[in-house]
Amino acid sequence: MIRLSNVGKSYRTRSGIVQVLDGVNMTVSPGERLGILGRNGSGKSTLIRLISGAERPTCGTVERQMSVSWPLAFGGAFQGSLTGLDNLRFICRIYDVDPEEKVSFVQDFSELGLYLNEPVKSYSSGMRARLAFAISMVVEFDCFLIDEIVAVGDARFHDKCNYELFERRGDRAMIIVSHFPEYIRLHCTRAAVLLKGGLVHTASIDDAFAIYDEERAFAA
Amino acid sequence: MALQRANPGVHLKESWAVQRRVIWALLLREILTRYGRHNIGFLWVFAEPMLFTLGVTVLWTAMKSFHGSSLPIVAFALTGYSSVLLWRNMPSRCIGAIEPNLSLLYHRNVRPIDIFLSRLLLEASGATMSLVFLSLVFIFVGSLSPPEDVLQVIIAWLMLTWFGMSLALIIGGLSEDSETVEKLWHPAAYFIFPLSGAAYLVDTLPTSIQRLVLYLPMVNGVEYLREGWFGSRIVAHYDLGYLAWTNALLTLVGLAQVAKVSRNVIPE
Repeated sequence: MIRLSNVGKSYRTRSGIVQVLDGVNMTVSPGERLGILGRNGSGKSTLIRLISGAERPTCGTVERQMSVSWPLAFGGAFQGSLTGLDNLRFICRIYDVDPEEKVSFVQDFSELGLYLNEPVKSYSSGMRARLAFAISMVVEFDCFLIDEIVAVGDARFHDKCNYELFERRGDRAMIIVSHFPEYIRLHCTRAAVLLKGGLVHTASIDDAFAIYDEERAFAA
Repeated sequence: MALQRANPGVHLKESWAVQRRVIWALLLREILTRYGRHNIGFLWVFAEPMLFTLGVTVLWTAMKSFHGSSLPIVAFALTGYSSVLLWRNMPSRCIGAIEPNLSLLYHRNVRPIDIFLSRLLLEASGATMSLVFLSLVFIFVGSLSPPEDVLQVIIAWLMLTWFGMSLALIIGGLSEDSETVEKLWHPAAYFIFPLSGAAYLVDTLPTSIQRLVLYLPMVNGVEYLREGWFGSRIVAHYDLGYLAWTNALLTLVGLAQVAKVSRNVIPE
């Protein structure tokens, strides 16, 4: 179970304090898949980082009673000057996984070949994405946090990712943030919308879309 | 406050295990990014401070540096400069330590304190290995007598390490708030160096100045270390209690500053 109670987050900027999230409440039970819709800049990534524990809320509490992944995205959480394999080993050490057992999986899945021994900063964005996803699948969690994970790679790689995540790990809880409605419709059991710093829960995914579309139309 | 490191019911012992794992992983990562796999690789951890100490020893010997005692210059330079490595390099390594590691903070268990501690451990072990190795070599070739009281030398070394670490947490933590800290630290370290006790014995100073220099915490540590090493051959002046209290106070301030950094840091 993950529970956010009255969570708020503000940042200090040059032009004063900006309140990104305010009074966010949510609960995710084991096996549930929650989609969070929100426009660019609505605080989706901030929310995901708060849920993961990478950042701390300004007020309110975040409780995690199951193991929660880091925010999986096709980019971050890597050290550019290290090789792909060194990054794998680093993450395995942090999460107490034997790296040598996972090397062949990452080799196969990422299809990076000899590049696994090259520094990550020499990778193209597609290669980086392949490495990121492969390493994300090395540690098992009860709940995966997924931050905009769709828009990268060719169709075949895309299918491979979907298989690993949604079929092999179909029993896990997931929290997916996206501004691609179709992705959320396809993979989530319920949805909520981030609106003016608050999280609006809805009875059905369609209701969430209705609010999201209305807000988008209003903004446009 | 939010639960940060562990689920409720997870014992302190497990948190400690997590922290040890994280610091170890960061340490190995740090060695790789700093020294790479080329040529002697991780041996640079202590080869680098050793070269510094060796260079200073040679320089002071060549200049027949005046230090106002009957101690051989090798013994003087080794004990003095090695202690400088602790209080000067540790803060320098902690300045701006978070920024290149921001992407790693995506992992909940990696906190700024772990980044600082891993760098400090690496710095401390490098300086320690350098001191031990050079001492053994100099003792072996006969230009240095073995310490008279090894335990006192070890205690002095630990106290100096503690001083360097606590200072580093403050300087490193503050540098996340303001870039001015970095600009000020380097000249400050440069000017404190001649006062730090590395290049003189307190006993050779006029009494009125002795009292003043002993306000510098590391001077007490260096004097204590030299008394342990050379015993009856020098008259040492120090107040170990003063050093301990300053260390404790600096540690508290340092930890508070790092906690503040932790609260405000935004992973890349």
